[in-house]
Amino acid sequence: MTAHQVSSAEVTEPHGAVPPEADSAELAALSPRRRGFSPRAVLRTLRHHPLGVAGALLLILVFGFCFLGPLLHRTDQTDVGLLNAALPPGPGHPLGTDTNGFDVLGRLMAGGRVSLQIGLLAALFATTLGTLYGAVAGLAGGLLDGFLMRVVDTLLSVPFLFFVLILSARFHANAVSLSLVIGGFSWLVSARLVRGEVLTLRVREYVLAARVMGTSRRRLILTHLIPNALGVIIVNITFQVADAILVVASLGFLGFGLTYPTADWGSQLASGATYISADYWWLIYPVGGCIVVTVLALNLLADALRDTLGRRAD
Amino acid sequence: MTWYVLRRTAISCVVLLGISAAVFFLLHLVSDDPGRVVLGQRASQDAVADFNREHGFDRPLVVQYVSYLGQLLHGDLGRSYKLNENVGALLGQNAGRSAVLSLAGLLLALLIAVPLGILQAVRRNRLLDRGATAVAYVLYATPSFLLGLILIAVFSQFLPWFPAEASRSHSSWVVLTDPRAMALPVITLAVTSVAIFSQYQRSSALDQLGQDYIRVARAKGLPERLILTRHLLRNACLPLITLAGTLIPTLLAGNLIVESLFNYPGLGLLFLNSLQHEDYPVLLAYTLIGGVLTVAGNFVADLAVFAADRRIELSK
Repeated sequence: MTAHQVSSAEVTEPHGAVPPEADSAELAALSPRRRGFSPRAVLRTLRHHPLGVAGALLLILVFGFCFLGPLLHRTDQTDVGLLNAALPPGPGHPLGTDTNGFDVLGRLMAGGRVSLQIGLLAALFATTLGTLYGAVAGLAGGLLDGFLMRVVDTLLSVPFLFFVLILSARFHANAVSLSLVIGGFSWLVSARLVRGEVLTLRVREYVLAARVMGTSRRRLILTHLIPNALGVIIVNITFQVADAILVVASLGFLGFGLTYPTADWGSQLASGATYISADYWWLIYPVGGCIVVTVLALNLLADALRDTLGRRAD
Repeated sequence: MTWYVLRRTAISCVVLLGISAAVFFLLHLVSDDPGRVVLGQRASQDAVADFNREHGFDRPLVVQYVSYLGQLLHGDLGRSYKLNENVGALLGQNAGRSAVLSLAGLLLALLIAVPLGILQAVRRNRLLDRGATAVAYVLYATPSFLLGLILIAVFSQFLPWFPAEASRSHSSWVVLTDPRAMALPVITLAVTSVAIFSQYQRSSALDQLGQDYIRVARAKGLPERLILTRHLLRNACLPLITLAGTLIPTLLAGNLIVESLFNYPGLGLLFLNSLQHEDYPVLLAYTLIGGVLTVAGNFVADLAVFAADRRIELSK
């Protein structure tokens, strides 16, 4: 029987010899939570970061545009209307129509919804996977840690756009499958990050104390290590959403994005780009602007969060 | 030093082996069987099975992987399904053109970013620094294809200075010696990297400016220009060396998009075409080369930092 099994057997008797109050109070006193996540801390941070506030506001605008906008500006995004193709901006179509007759403004909202959904889902998936992986590696140490981290190094050595391209060229991508693929190849950075964080946390007094009290490894990871690494994790999620949106746009631009007629910003830009010599500017700049503003907003917010919550390893 | 290099080499070999396995199994997991790809959808099932048996594609995947590794050790990257050419030769035709494009882009990026970053650090929080940081933020959020499109719209449509596409010639010599056609792809690549490089250079220069040796140099009365070029530059560039090494995957992916946008006949375009035709040996070889470059880039970056700053040995 290993030491690990002993300790997890002990924890089934709640708190053993230590009185429960002492347990939580002592741990709370020892646990610094300085880099942990709390909504109030985030608000406090943002107050001192005009750029972060700008990012957050921009992001709210983008979400409002994509999710509430269609309620105000109803458009048909399923049937092509070739009679109305490539109209310049004018009454009824504030941003004109594209070469299939879709209203550009409505298509921007639809495309944005898909991009944001994929970005969020991919980031959540990647973060969950990466956090658990990194926490296990960091806590295990030794050979297992070395092995797990070499796996991460190896996968990080191949540009993950290649993998995503290969997979999405082969399978007709929808929003969920694309998020899973992107998330499935972008958990590596969060794994590295969380491992680094766990390595510094595991020698802190409150973790040692918890260990001495016989907390199981699972409980240690879930109640002490991950909550205290949450700051770093949240900063990284914000960056990951931005990265995922860029990847979706790149895939769409290269022609390996979502199946037509589902809109996404990248493929919208690609179809506009073919008409660049025809001067259809409304097919290029509005959608380009949407991508830049969304990614910029996320990056600004992430940078502001990083200043107090933690760092992002590159 | 020798021990360090040996250990790093060993780790690199293991990583390379892992990359080859990951890519090989992934590709075979998602691909049709090769007979189907080569003979087309209308070929009979028997013909496909015959083809696969003849070329050994019916063996267990692990056996195929080991024999692929054997081939690799002999420098044989296999044969393209669709172009019926040796993959090594095929890549060789395009590699030079991609390398010139990337290196020119990287060089231009460094030429802009290094002085800019140092200047930003020296003039910290002044107008120039703030402005450059703001531009970097926006550029960082701009995908390279959008930037390329804007450059095309401005410098090819509005002002007809440069062509929007790379030279159509099959000869590398013609492609590479057409500076007007090279200009926009190189500028696109460079500008997207400047945003990252200059911000790193800025923070690393800021770090160095607070160090004692700078204070000593100033106390000695050295002219500020000399302090910056002789003392600061060398030390402040270290993080950038590492960054350029670790950024290779990103740079390669950027290359892919830029090559596709400008129709530039390089490895990235070959990859995309092979992807459309399910030409897996080419995809496999290209992804492997990407992995090798990354590992080599990290390796060289570590050695370069090591050579530039001998103190690292003491802390190891």
